[in-house]
Amino acid sequence: MAQFTLPANSKIGRGRQFKAEGAKRKRTFSVYRFDPDSGDNPRMDSYEVDLDRCGPMVLDALIKIKNEIDPTLTFRRSCREGICGSCAMNIDGVNTLACTRAIDEVKGDVKVYPLPHTRVVKDLVPDLTGFYAQYASIQPWLQTRTPAPPDRERLQSKEDQQKIDEPSACILCACCSTSCPSYWWNGDRYLGPAILLQAYRWLVDTRDEATGERLDHLEDPFRLYRCHTIMNCTSACPKGLNPAKAIAETKKMLLERRH
Amino acid sequence: MSSDYEFIDHTYDVVVVGAGGAGLRATLGLAEAGLETACITKVFPTRSHTVAAQGGISAALGNMGEDDWRWHMYDTVKGSDWLGDQDAIEYMCKEAPAAVIELEHYGVPFSRTEDGRIYQRPFGGMSTHFGKGTAQRTCAAADRTGHAMLHTLYQQSLRRDATFFIEYFAIDLIMDDEGVCRGVVALDLAEGKLHRYRAQSVILATGGYGRAYFSCTSAHTCTGDGNAMVLRAGLPLQDMEFVQFHPTGIYGAGCLITEGVRGEGGFLTNSDNERFMERYAPNAKDLASRDVVSRSMTIEIREGRGIGEHNDHLHLNLQHLGADVIEERLPGIAETAKIFAGVDVTREPIPVLPTVHYNMGGIPTNYHGEVITRDGGGDRVVQGLMAAGEAACVSVHGANRLGSNSLLDLVVFGRAVGQRCRDTLTAGAKQPALPAGAGQQSVERLDKLRNASGGRSTAEIRLDMQKCMQEHAAVFRTGDLLEEGLDKLRGIHASFADVSVADRSLIWNTDLVETLELENLLDQAMATICNAEHRKESRGAQAREDYPDRDDQEWMKHILTWVDNGRVRFDYRPVQLDTLTDDVEAIPPKQRVY
Repeated sequence: MAQFTLPANSKIGRGRQFKAEGAKRKRTFSVYRFDPDSGDNPRMDSYEVDLDRCGPMVLDALIKIKNEIDPTLTFRRSCREGICGSCAMNIDGVNTLACTRAIDEVKGDVKVYPLPHTRVVKDLVPDLTGFYAQYASIQPWLQTRTPAPPDRERLQSKEDQQKIDEPSACILCACCSTSCPSYWWNGDRYLGPAILLQAYRWLVDTRDEATGERLDHLEDPFRLYRCHTIMNCTSACPKGLNPAKAIAETKKMLLERRH
Repeated sequence: MSSDYEFIDHTYDVVVVGAGGAGLRATLGLAEAGLETACITKVFPTRSHTVAAQGGISAALGNMGEDDWRWHMYDTVKGSDWLGDQDAIEYMCKEAPAAVIELEHYGVPFSRTEDGRIYQRPFGGMSTHFGKGTAQRTCAAADRTGHAMLHTLYQQSLRRDATFFIEYFAIDLIMDDEGVCRGVVALDLAEGKLHRYRAQSVILATGGYGRAYFSCTSAHTCTGDGNAMVLRAGLPLQDMEFVQFHPTGIYGAGCLITEGVRGEGGFLTNSDNERFMERYAPNAKDLASRDVVSRSMTIEIREGRGIGEHNDHLHLNLQHLGADVIEERLPGIAETAKIFAGVDVTREPIPVLPTVHYNMGGIPTNYHGEVITRDGGGDRVVQGLMAAGEAACVSVHGANRLGSNSLLDLVVFGRAVGQRCRDTLTAGAKQPALPAGAGQQSVERLDKLRNASGGRSTAEIRLDMQKCMQEHAAVFRTGDLLEEGLDKLRGIHASFADVSVADRSLIWNTDLVETLELENLLDQAMATICNAEHRKESRGAQAREDYPDRDDQEWMKHILTWVDNGRVRFDYRPVQLDTLTDDVEAIPPKQRVY
């Protein structure tokens, strides 16, 4: 029999409420909590935060909650300026970085969940080991047969450098991949937009000489062709990159190779 | 208790702690040398703080005008205010071109010149002809050079056969009775298990401790864990008073705005709309070295020429550079300024303030990266322990680091430790058993903190420490201010005994990790403020208003500092004024003018 209900342990319960007494400008943060030790279902805790005593970003609020209300709240964070990619999460229904998402940009209660369709380790911390393994699987390093000049750099024109400039700015936050419905279904075999953007970064690097092998590896019904041009990736990218376009270009390269 | 904490044991030839630029460069070199290598890191490698470096990496490639590594060496020695060791500085500057070319060969997406070579920009304190001209020496990948380098180094590590232990928090070194480092203990955050690593050599590449201060450009993870592990092992740290304030942190948020902005022609102004750096550094102006610019800015604000409602910051102007230059060479800071200051940099200046950025001090090493301590009036190499990167104090930066010399430091000395291990260790050599009870102290400390139920939260104590450091050990210092700060800090340090941890779990317990990090920070804060009080002169980043001059007679020496339960002890090491080879002449001390 097909099962049409969610597994019992995926149902999210109502959690605890924390009030900010005496605050003039309050905002409620509704935050997904999952405690792996308890075996309990996940819950949504809700915290009122005094915005007059809080920095402007969602990460500022999460840190304030952890520092002043509930030190057990668990999330990754590091650079707080949008370059390390640690604090990727789902805020107000959108995958983004907590450190660059302003609280003011969100209307009403701020709902914070872990990246969707990931195994949650605890609270807002998803397990990204599969994502990282997929990254390694595309052999993301410069591959050449021609030896490098012994005492100087390989030359590359400004125009050729521009081709890798944008794709190499990816911070591997996984916002795009975990926003992709196709990746939700086939995340074990489909590489997803972040990894395909990285594959593309090497396809268009004029210094790289493994284009053929790289395309061979991608030419697969799952790894590449599970992209159905849904474009969630490009709207999600907190760095304004365009993985969907990189995937389209990769498909074009494969087509052109056939002719 | 014991059942909660079974050790999982590992044996490697070498264990690297930290996966930033230095840790990754060391790891890949070690793997390439055939040594079985583990790299332990508390964050996924590309999340390490090297990723946030913006402006570039210095090397006398001469792609954009004449250059010579000897000029680079001169600038670095002068920048260090003659506290840098000239043998190590010679080594770094001479190795720099090869190190950068190697990075390009690894695939770093450097920006390019018209003829396809690596693009280089001017940076603070970087000159030609021993201070006479302006050098274009800083190799850049737009304004995200650290990101480009860190990702490339991780990619190269993937290519090689090294084992990564990701999201493992290193707790302590394992030292034997002879004072030899034999391994390291770490906590696996995801599983909550303790791991004990035995190795012929442990390399600490754990970065700086910017988070000892309230306002810093440093990531939340910059807590100097390796430095603190060294202190707990009964070994000293060196030159801890030298904390670099970056002139241009965004006012309020503290996020870094690269010196590359000024390298590309940007400049600072005060409330009179005056380019005040022309008064303080008539030649180098806005490209004087960072300590000089940060002091000048602080004086401007103090004398009432600050900007804003509270006259407490200044403006960094780059509007005149034009949208094209900004888009090509400074796209990241345009984005950062928009997000964190609400400023469109093509039209308005960025509000900035000197902000804690870098620690010149750290674990004393020689230029091979071997850790040094002081015994009976002489240097002694600590067997089995090495350090590289911001955690180490080689010392190539002395009292003040030049911008773009840190990324260079990472790769040059990350590479050097790998080479030293290749030359001195045998792959697969049999290692003696670890001392009885190895790691037991770490278990006890961990368990005590996990169950701590005192009256003060980690965040409260941390905030007290950060505010104390910000108030008492900032750009300008005086004896009275430092002594008062030291008194306060002693109280704060002691209050850690009353800490409380709310999360009792072993799975991804960030409350516990932050508490361990706080304990690490407290010892380093103590070393910093004690050294600052102890050094009665002004040199580089240490500006004592009660001792405004440099005193080479008394203070041209490194201060070594031991911290044991909050108690501090000093010793000294001479500055190495001789060069490594005859390829260059030593640079004798003179007055430092920009």
